[in-house]
Amino acid sequence: MSETPELDELVRSEYEHGFVTEIESDTLPPGLDEEVIRAISRRKREPASMLDWRLKAYRHWLTMSEPHWASVHHHPIDYQAISYFSAPKPKEGPKSLDEVDPALLETYEKLGIPIEEQKALAGVAVDAVFDSVSVATTFREKLAEAGVIFCAISEALQDYPELVQRYLGTVVPHTDNFFATLNSAVFSDGTFVYVPKGVRCPMELSTYFRINASKTGQFERTLIVADEGSYVSYLEGCTAPMRDENQLHAAVVELIAMDDAEIKYSTVQNWYPGDEQGRGGIYNFVTKRGECRGARSKISWTQVETGSAITWKYPSCILRGQESVGAFYSVAVTKGRQQADTGTKMIHIGPNTSSTIVSKGIAAGHGRQAYRGLVRIAQRAENARNHTQCDSLLIGDHCGAHTFPYIEVKNPTAKMEHEATTSKISEDQLFYCRSRGLSGEDAVSMIVNGFCKEVFNELPMEFAVEAQKLLSISLEGAVG
Amino acid sequence: MLSVKGLKTSVEGKEILRGLDLEVGEGEVHAIMGPNGSGKSTFAHVLSGREGYQVTAGSIRFDGADLLDLEPEERARKGLFLAFQYPVELPGVNNTYFLKTALNAVRKSRGEAELDAVSFLRLMREKLKVLHLDDSLLKRAVNVGFSGGEKKRNEIFQMALLEPRLGILDETDSGLDIDALRIVADGVNALRSPRRSVILVTHYQRLLDYVEPDFVHVLARGRIIRSGGKELARELEQKGYGWIAEEAAA
Repeated sequence: MSETPELDELVRSEYEHGFVTEIESDTLPPGLDEEVIRAISRRKREPASMLDWRLKAYRHWLTMSEPHWASVHHHPIDYQAISYFSAPKPKEGPKSLDEVDPALLETYEKLGIPIEEQKALAGVAVDAVFDSVSVATTFREKLAEAGVIFCAISEALQDYPELVQRYLGTVVPHTDNFFATLNSAVFSDGTFVYVPKGVRCPMELSTYFRINASKTGQFERTLIVADEGSYVSYLEGCTAPMRDENQLHAAVVELIAMDDAEIKYSTVQNWYPGDEQGRGGIYNFVTKRGECRGARSKISWTQVETGSAITWKYPSCILRGQESVGAFYSVAVTKGRQQADTGTKMIHIGPNTSSTIVSKGIAAGHGRQAYRGLVRIAQRAENARNHTQCDSLLIGDHCGAHTFPYIEVKNPTAKMEHEATTSKISEDQLFYCRSRGLSGEDAVSMIVNGFCKEVFNELPMEFAVEAQKLLSISLEGAVG
Repeated sequence: MLSVKGLKTSVEGKEILRGLDLEVGEGEVHAIMGPNGSGKSTFAHVLSGREGYQVTAGSIRFDGADLLDLEPEERARKGLFLAFQYPVELPGVNNTYFLKTALNAVRKSRGEAELDAVSFLRLMREKLKVLHLDDSLLKRAVNVGFSGGEKKRNEIFQMALLEPRLGILDETDSGLDIDALRIVADGVNALRSPRRSVILVTHYQRLLDYVEPDFVHVLARGRIIRSGGKELARELEQKGYGWIAEEAAA
């Protein structure tokens, strides 16, 4: 049976956050060489050892070539055409929101994240990243009371250089992969979180990312350390304004959980996916990795990915500590010409480690996506367990979904489970809902949300609501 | 309430309904019987607005409106309800949430206030009793893992909640054991009212032992070839469909 008009329309809803803030940028000219790296480091007033580390990464990067194994296609990226630093014109470091450029605040308002209100809202602290520099950080004091450090990584490098450098690059080394290595050389800013021993972070930590200046690659660096027996939940949400040129985004996120510590990392990603032909969207090549370094530690990644032209992302867990637990819950939506190659890696090293993978892929229009997941059980990992569930939902006849599971088991005591399904939203399901009085649009939204339920259950409450709304907006236009 | 005149319908170019006429008045229960392939289910689907059925001639009026002009959801909101022969599974969609959304969509279109969670739950518990349905069914995903009988009862339960003007039961009795059949029949009987009409589409007479129709129609080769009272069903049970078809052809 041919595609119904609502399925066609549903695929064509336009990006809601397409606007550009007029603001003076302090931008380096395009191009990359050691001078550029020195300039970034200088602007950030970094310790000399950081500059050395960046240069080491850069020199290594020169020996590497762009990877092409992922199941995505794009035009070659000209790394010399990218400007590697862009900062809102500084007014000697704003101390409060009053000092922040009103145009910036307006941008946040449009995105529906009024910082003024957020201060009062449900204990969510926001470290808002605008382009590459953190301009406003709230709740710092309350967190400081608990001993939690939550600040821009550039500030952390000045205020706690030893602490940052003790952990930076220990999960994702500067030689890790092409994009992570590039990030190590040129990262402009990001977030640093440290939760001390035995502290339960008193609020959800949240960062909103936003790419603004044209042609500026974003190289965010996030480092979260949860010391023994501590707990932290971190939320990352992003949107980007409409642009004509592809923008490279190569972030690195490192998580470290010590004995009995737990980190929950949740992402809602809604970057500009490009127009219907796929022009102008964000290239999202991200390295996210967490290490359960201590015994009984836990790391979970939950992500809802609806944006970007290309997503290349595998939030992973290294389960080193005995009885440590890793989890990955993912919803990825591709429509129009979007491509996503995403999944996770669970590396079991310690004994009695366990991991759970729940991946829900939704493809519509000409969207393509691949789930790529690795579960590796090392020789010493006695009694390791993994459960993988990988479901794909297709909307329409022109999209595709593929699953590439990689399983490497070097210890015979391992227990592995893998389930995978691919299904279509059937005409039967749509008709059934409509015959009960639901509009076609509500029907699609209900079926898709039902499909994603296990993942949404893992998100913090307010984020889950946001994610559901985002999903409905992404698949909007299904008028019967 | 429902007036079908000279309805012709094709599926993938093949004519299934060939000039069907039917008048259903307010509060009446009509049974449409007929051999396999006579067009019974096609008729039920055309009434509910399913895609893939081309109406090539004739008209259907429902409460004064041209039914064929309306989308499936508009028909539902006007008070038309189809109990499916094969109810569809909706994984991950909570049954209660589904029913509440559906009821509120219908209420909204009628200009009534949407029900909040508390009043909806109260209403639901009330209707549950009638169908001897277990509470746990409401917490599960729509029709997922339901037994055949549970699915059919869930359909009638939905009908009880949505309170349609016209309920169409498409072979609701098929695949039910005698106990389940009785429960479904009780549910349907409880829904009978002077304001509500019912069309029972069925192959067998046994449902009609429990739900007594006002009229019985025999559908063969896309046409109603005989209409009568409930005694017609008994006659069919004894003699089969052959004799009417022969008579009609003669």
